[in-house]
Amino acid sequence: MRRYLSVAVMLILAAFLMFIVTGLTFGNPQYADMDDYFIQNGQEQIATNNIVTTIVFDYRGFDTLGESTVLFTAVIGVAMLFRKFTGGEYDEDE
Amino acid sequence: MMRMSKIVRTCADLMYPFVVIFGWYVIMHGHLTPGGGFQGGAVVATGAALVIVAYSYQEITSMLKKAVLMVQESTGLLLFIGAGLGGMVLGFPFFFNWLANSGSLFGMSVPYGPNPGELNTAGFLPLMNIAVGIEVWGGLTLVILYLLSGLEKGEA
Repeated sequence: MRRYLSVAVMLILAAFLMFIVTGLTFGNPQYADMDDYFIQNGQEQIATNNIVTTIVFDYRGFDTLGESTVLFTAVIGVAMLFRKFTGGEYDEDE
Repeated sequence: MMRMSKIVRTCADLMYPFVVIFGWYVIMHGHLTPGGGFQGGAVVATGAALVIVAYSYQEITSMLKKAVLMVQESTGLLLFIGAGLGGMVLGFPFFFNWLANSGSLFGMSVPYGPNPGELNTAGFLPLMNIAVGIEVWGGLTLVILYLLSGLEKGEA
């Protein structure tokens, strides 16, 4: 019974998400001011040929700072989860 | 004390420098070619994973120390924030590209339009790429080592 219920919930959720996707307009807006601004001024302001790196590390630098912090936090989480337990105590001998 | 055969170990020894060099190429050319700090650091960590797969757990933990990798990861993040803070000393806002077009380190200008590119450009973006590369290298290697330490002593 519980299995059928979970399958039904999954199907309803999938149908709901697919219904939302059908209403999305991809490729719209086709024209954005920011794209042209980055392409026109990126090489002059940041002196970089790679516009993607210009956006990721300079125009959206705070976003990359957040990404680095997320990676740092993820590694700390893994280190907490996989530390060694020996009889209630844990040690970091390595 | 289980490890892979001598063929696998020899191939891993041969491949490891090339994987690391390719990873550092992706990091250092992050402002010219596709890729950057995250991707290059992941490539370098893949080289570490290759050695981890080929050798036994005891040999790996004597080569790669977790404490060293933790310091390396923290150093990468601190370098990243320090590169952002460096401009504040000179009176620029936080995360301002204070080295671009300055003529000093990585300070060359590029002309507008398609051009072959020059390594000595882009201001502090290469510093950022190196910092993120060091951090991702240490972090992903640390994750792999911690996942490996979940095994029993004789298993790997």
